[in-house]
Amino acid sequence: MAMNNPSENVINGIPLYQSTEELDIEEGLQINSMKATHKSPIPVKDLSETDDIKKSAFVTSVDFLLNWARKSSIFPAQFGLACCAFEMIASAASRFDLARFGAERFSATPRQADLMIVAGTVTWKMAPAIRTMYDQMSDPKWIISMGVCATSGGPYFESYAVVPGVNHIVPVDIYVPGCPPRPDALLYGVMQLHEKIKKYSIMGSAAGQND
Amino acid sequence: MSIRTEPVTMNVGPIHPSTHGVFRMRVTFDGEEIIDVEPVIGYLHRGSEKLAEERTYTQVVTLTDRMDYVASMTNNQSYILSVEKLAGITPSPRGVWLRMIASELQRIASHAVANGFLINDLGAWHTPLLYMLREREKILEMFEMLCGARITNSYLRPGGVFMDAPDQFWPALNRFLDEMPHRIDDIENLLSTNEIVLIRTQNVGVLKKDECLNASITGPVLRASGVDWDLRHKNPYDYYDQISFSRPLGEIGDNHDRFLVRIFEMRESLKILRQCIENIQPGPVRPKEVPFLVRPPKGDSYVPIESPKGELGFYLVSDGGVSPFRCHVRAPSFINLTLLREMVLGDKIADLFVTFGSLDVNMGEVDR
Amino acid sequence: MTKVFSGEMIRELIDDLEPESVVSTNNDSVHIKSESALKIFNELKNKENCQFDLLSSLTAVDYIDRFEMVYHLTSTVHNHSLVIKLICGEGRKEPKVSSVVSIWKGADLQEREVWDLMGITFENHPNLKRLLLWEEFPGHPLRKDYLR
Repeated sequence: MAMNNPSENVINGIPLYQSTEELDIEEGLQINSMKATHKSPIPVKDLSETDDIKKSAFVTSVDFLLNWARKSSIFPAQFGLACCAFEMIASAASRFDLARFGAERFSATPRQADLMIVAGTVTWKMAPAIRTMYDQMSDPKWIISMGVCATSGGPYFESYAVVPGVNHIVPVDIYVPGCPPRPDALLYGVMQLHEKIKKYSIMGSAAGQND
Repeated sequence: MSIRTEPVTMNVGPIHPSTHGVFRMRVTFDGEEIIDVEPVIGYLHRGSEKLAEERTYTQVVTLTDRMDYVASMTNNQSYILSVEKLAGITPSPRGVWLRMIASELQRIASHAVANGFLINDLGAWHTPLLYMLREREKILEMFEMLCGARITNSYLRPGGVFMDAPDQFWPALNRFLDEMPHRIDDIENLLSTNEIVLIRTQNVGVLKKDECLNASITGPVLRASGVDWDLRHKNPYDYYDQISFSRPLGEIGDNHDRFLVRIFEMRESLKILRQCIENIQPGPVRPKEVPFLVRPPKGDSYVPIESPKGELGFYLVSDGGVSPFRCHVRAPSFINLTLLREMVLGDKIADLFVTFGSLDVNMGEVDR
Repeated sequence: MTKVFSGEMIRELIDDLEPESVVSTNNDSVHIKSESALKIFNELKNKENCQFDLLSSLTAVDYIDRFEMVYHLTSTVHNHSLVIKLICGEGRKEPKVSSVVSIWKGADLQEREVWDLMGITFENHPNLKRLLLWEEFPGHPLRKDYLR
């Protein structure tokens, strides 16, 4: 927000806000194209269909071990957008401890995270950043959509700038309703995610692959 | 021997490890020194002002909670005061005392979170933050007794509040008032004379006194720079003229002053709470003549209050119908960002987040 | 207690500074001509008996046949406040006002927001870019004729 006289420290005498105009226009065109293409929710594979594959006893015990290891140490990526972020922080604080469910380390970088908890309202301006962050996570990965704003737009459903549900941009595994959901509700959502992870099998669909 | 250096422009993206919300900056720096900063905001713009034109006056209260989501009660209070002035409603006394109690509790919670995250940014990984969040949990439990919700509680209505405090609220409040001074003393003794905090926050992010008012800066940031302007004292609303309290003033206007001003304001809020408890009398919390659908006559109103972030006011225009014709929010966090570039030029890149955290900016209010 | 100027008192104050610039007087505000706005604001900020050093709020309203700008000014020295309104341009086409950034720096971000959401152009603003919405967003959402 440079004002009257740019100081002599700026590059070549041009303040930063003047040299970034083309960058802003390019980003704006990307957001417009995203808004035009992502119009319906992305489907997620339903794991309740029974596979007719005969699993040997070896495979089921390997499945059990792999799923147990994966569900006991899911590390979330820090992704709080709005009011729900404070309930997520409260669920990681000392009263409702999320670490006892395996989510010990909230990692700042998505490349070392397994779980993305989208907490808060998703706007079209933020949508490319969310998609980039989802693409940077490595398999297996899961998404929890926390709060009604991320589920369906919430109290801002008909607004001109709000995505009606983050499942238009990334595929979602668990939806936690509430405005904001109490930390207990988020813990219940994480427990339901553990139940879902138990159903994966190495002979069937790979865990966390939805595209 | 001289080293040839080149300035680099980098993007500090909307998602970053210090949890201040979705705020993006393009920074040009030479080595470690900052040369230029351009903030980019709007990642949480939800269109509340346009949506408010389609809802009734009571339904807009739920939209106002979600703007500054750390301090919902003061947002509600500012909006309801504007509606009451527009419609000519006189609130009932017990309702006013209850909303003052809720506002002051909310001020303590908001300042606790602000200080906790500031120390978090300095590198004290989560320990002071967990201490402050523990105090905040006690306050949120009391809010749950009052109205059923922890954070975004739409507790206020035109004319007062919507539900009286239950019997178990008053012993809980008294217990909180007995314990909290010791906790604030703990934090102050541990941190205000700590060598690392002093070296990293003194004379960093200086905001001079004569630039502040011109840039419309209000709130604890203004008082830390030495200007004595607090709306609860100069332009009292509700029953603040019957209560006595003092205002801490800083001298230099650096990060350390802003940190201390918030700690002292927590103590002043405890004083105000004790006086409110002495003065409250039994009675109805909302006058019976106020209809459910408020239909104010044509006109406009603007009543600013002192929220934990600064001067917050709602400019409402009414055309006689059930919805506001125009609802504009004067958001303190948004306007306090005006001088971010001037505060940060010349400091190191690691101090960028500490300065930004000491401004106590809430993205829900900046973007609305 | 902050003394709020009534419409008549504001009219007398402005008539001293710049005669013939008040268009109409309401209960608690006045409408002034937009050509003399910059001069009046300068006088209001600097003169001894006024000293309005804090621009509390700057906003715009879309009445269906015109656009209006509303300024709330406060003085921390004398503890008084007033409200000034002005009409931008003619009708609804191309509303334009001169910017007050040179007088109060706090108007910078607020004027960018008004340009972004309402479409009112501010002359002599150093950096009039979109703030809350992205650069290629079609239209200005807070106008009454904006269709989703």
